[in-house]
Amino acid sequence: MADVAVASIATPPSRLFAGLKRGGARLQVGLALVTLLMLIAIFAPVLAPHDPLEQDLLSAQLPPAWMQGGDSAYFLGTDSLGRCVLSRLIYSARTAVIVALIAATLAALIGAALGLFAGSFGGWIDQIISRLIDVWMAFPPVLLSIVLAAVIGAGLTSVIVAIVVVDWTRFARVVRAETMVQLTRDYAAAARAIGLSRAKLLRLEILPNLVPLLVTLLAVEMGIAILVEVILSFVGVSVAGDTPTWGGMIAEGRQIVYQAPWIMAFPICCIIASVIGLNLLGDGLRLALDPVQRS
Amino acid sequence: MTATLAIEGLKLAINDASVLRGVSLQVQPGEVRGLVGESGAGKSMLGRAVLGLLPSNATIASGRVAFEGHDLLAMREAERRGLLGRRIALIPQDPMTSLNPVKRVGAQIANLLRHHLGLSRRAALARTTELLTEVAIREPERVLSLYPHEMSGGMRQRVLIAMAFACDPSLVIADEPTTALDVTVQRQVLQLVERLRRRHGSAVLFITHDLGVVAKICGSMTVLHAGRVLEEGETAEVLVRPRHAYTRALLAATPRADRPAETLRPVPPALVEQLWSEARRLDSLNAARPA
Repeated sequence: MADVAVASIATPPSRLFAGLKRGGARLQVGLALVTLLMLIAIFAPVLAPHDPLEQDLLSAQLPPAWMQGGDSAYFLGTDSLGRCVLSRLIYSARTAVIVALIAATLAALIGAALGLFAGSFGGWIDQIISRLIDVWMAFPPVLLSIVLAAVIGAGLTSVIVAIVVVDWTRFARVVRAETMVQLTRDYAAAARAIGLSRAKLLRLEILPNLVPLLVTLLAVEMGIAILVEVILSFVGVSVAGDTPTWGGMIAEGRQIVYQAPWIMAFPICCIIASVIGLNLLGDGLRLALDPVQRS
Repeated sequence: MTATLAIEGLKLAINDASVLRGVSLQVQPGEVRGLVGESGAGKSMLGRAVLGLLPSNATIASGRVAFEGHDLLAMREAERRGLLGRRIALIPQDPMTSLNPVKRVGAQIANLLRHHLGLSRRAALARTTELLTEVAIREPERVLSLYPHEMSGGMRQRVLIAMAFACDPSLVIADEPTTALDVTVQRQVLQLVERLRRRHGSAVLFITHDLGVVAKICGSMTVLHAGRVLEEGETAEVLVRPRHAYTRALLAATPRADRPAETLRPVPPALVEQLWSEARRLDSLNAARPA
């Protein structure tokens, strides 16, 4: 075991590889799915066979290419306005990825900072932050997001703000509790005995112990952010009307679900794959990042 | 000459329950003083009071804790932190849990050096290797990159000892550093503490419940019970001619190679009970006549 560790330090590539192995199948599958999602989002203009907004009313509601009546030019068929479903799915991934990355990161930064604060200071600071979290969590989160997005107005920024405002509690709660636990550990006392200030203690000793937890939460939160964005765009308070989103596609497909079920089915599959990918990635990274877990 | 550590009349309570009932104790420069007592005697709390690591429900009612003439209790927080780890160091009790589990051992030592001595990354690394060699760790370059869980308890305790002596402290508080280790490793650790203490010229306050350990390493000793000092003096003197009944009882309860095991006697419960009732009477006297 020790030898593996030493080898893994000497050369970064092999260290990466060892981590990948430690994370197991979850990490590998999760990483593959998430990488795929990111690549699709980044290279959307290259990958999409059509302009996602281009309407062709003569070829509306075409089934996927492999079904009877399908057109090979529209691999996954077209929607009721004759827009290419595949292209719209690909462009929707952009919205999903942008929202997931920015919203989850901001929620993590704000939540973790407040959690660290509450957990390390205790006393009235902790009381204020904890009560704030309690009150916050008493609202139904999705409803709160919808109301917020409706109040702020549609648009990418308001979706992100709505998610951050609702979901920072997820991080704050867990980080606060874990900070408290870590501070009671002997190593924290030993670190204080070498004269570290509270800020240095948190930054140098406690925070590294929270990283596996934070990474897991972040990945899960990205999945949640994607879901919330889907819900918001489903009810029509997300990004501007003509920007393709998975939620918007589901909403459109819902009206003609009996005539053209694939229009609704494909975005649902995309959502499921993305969220599962992110959850697996989170789980896998937790194992890969925790040095004590290696066995 | 100023004592390295001078504690005078230290009274400490946790949630209004007395833990230290007016303890006075001195550690002279370069001296190894044993602080002996059964669990609950308050010896670890004494160590933590010196380091300023008391739990939040502990209050110091009165007394003075002076390090090289400076009152630690009156000192500003930042000033005291500057002493900790540099002038006053701790060897913690449990080597298994006292190192940060997610940081490589080398980085932990190097951070300490950079924090207190302002060494560059490269210089800190070189010094870390030296320190590990000093505590008789073979292949220090390899050990640097290990995580704590990849090392044995004895190895970890050596790392912690290396960290304690890293900045040439004038006082090292060793809080039962051998308790969590098996007997063969205990001996090595004691020898190591003794060697490093000589090399770095540090005084040591050695907290332990083991009179055998005191006899091996401590020049002088203090016997603590129920937060009171019962007896103190040169180790040789105290162990050969104990004046207090409790010290005698402790000696009779300590296994020795030159005596058959059958002669071992536990500390008589009546004596312990008597000492506790004395301590409680002291508390009620203090309560009746507030200082």
